[in-house]
Amino acid sequence: MADITKIQEIFYELQVSEVMTSQVVAVMPQTTMSQFEELLRGRRISGAPVVDETGNLIGIVSIMDLIQALEKGQIEQPVADHMTTDVEVLQDNERVISAIHRLQSTGYGRFPVVAHSTGKLVGILTQGDIIRGTLKQLDMDYRRLEAQGYRQRHFFEDILSENTSIVLRYTVRPRDLSHGGEASSHLKRSLTSLGIRPEILRRVAVATYEAEMNLVLHATSGGRIRADIRSHQLRIDVTDHGPGISDIEQAMRPGFSTAAEWIREMGFGAGMGLTNIRNCADEMSLESRIGRGTHLRILFRLNQAQQ
Amino acid sequence: MTVQEIIERLNLGVVTSADPNREITGGYASDLLSCVMAGAKAGNVWVTLQAHPNVVAVASLLDLAAVVITEGVVPDAETTTKAEQNSVTLLQTQKTTYAVVGELTSAGVKGTGAE
Repeated sequence: MADITKIQEIFYELQVSEVMTSQVVAVMPQTTMSQFEELLRGRRISGAPVVDETGNLIGIVSIMDLIQALEKGQIEQPVADHMTTDVEVLQDNERVISAIHRLQSTGYGRFPVVAHSTGKLVGILTQGDIIRGTLKQLDMDYRRLEAQGYRQRHFFEDILSENTSIVLRYTVRPRDLSHGGEASSHLKRSLTSLGIRPEILRRVAVATYEAEMNLVLHATSGGRIRADIRSHQLRIDVTDHGPGISDIEQAMRPGFSTAAEWIREMGFGAGMGLTNIRNCADEMSLESRIGRGTHLRILFRLNQAQQ
Repeated sequence: MTVQEIIERLNLGVVTSADPNREITGGYASDLLSCVMAGAKAGNVWVTLQAHPNVVAVASLLDLAAVVITEGVVPDAETTTKAEQNSVTLLQTQKTTYAVVGELTSAGVKGTGAE
């Protein structure tokens, strides 16, 4: 399912101009049908646009038109007598997805492409061109992701030390709801750059967010988040200097909340924060002293083999 | 089912649009943020009447496909700006959460439970 979406993405991104054949084999109105036949055989194509001296598209002639001419014995006549004048064209700046729809709905094998700015013939587009262009784009995207992936996966291997850790530090201000969630968001993005797996990323994001919001909503003077990242584990320490939790067991109970009314009105205070953290983390510990502060430790194990 | 398809089908107002062609993986409805953090999955559509900036934070962290804000609640400028900056799709409707969830389920968007 993911692969189909990627290809669809490319269909929406690519423009006709990026996949079309710009070396167009075209004919003039006075070219004879028999000359056209030689062209078809020699160049292995099945049709050609007809242009005047100034490059304007005036018609299109195909192998079907040639067969009809042969049947009527009109092979020496000019192409102008057999061509279709009401030509359906694509604009060079249209997206490939619209070209695909046109190809499907009309059943035509090819479309001449005209420049959006001048209206002159600039190329021709077939299904084969679309396939080639899409594969090329997929290949380019794949290479880029591979390069990124390598850097991510090998970060800790490339840095040489007996024990490497990267420490990220965030300050969380009390009651600062407009920035609530910012630290977790920045941490998540940083971990993505370091190549941490998506499943672990989600658990880290949820746990950090809950811890961060607890600081915003409950800590009198806010607090700090410290993320210590090593190759085999991620440890997050969340600290504040008050008010402290009087009964830790009670605080850990799902549904228990000390949230004030203004907090609950916004959808906070469900009493699930610490429970969510415990469910997401591999290990968790919570220490607190009334009047002194709270220290929450969360541990995530990172499987080295899969990174 | 894509975000654009549910917009059309449920006649939703578009406050911010990040990726209309994104495929929706399921749905979740709750006005309590912690429940959403625990239960919603990436690519889900979240139905709620909360419309403050933290809704955007949650949607961004969980990588949700869209948030449908119900009961005619209109997100403020701060929320809208944050949604634009963080590529979060915010949709709007006069209908109730109950009605929206019903319509989404009929359209084939299955509920995501905290299993």
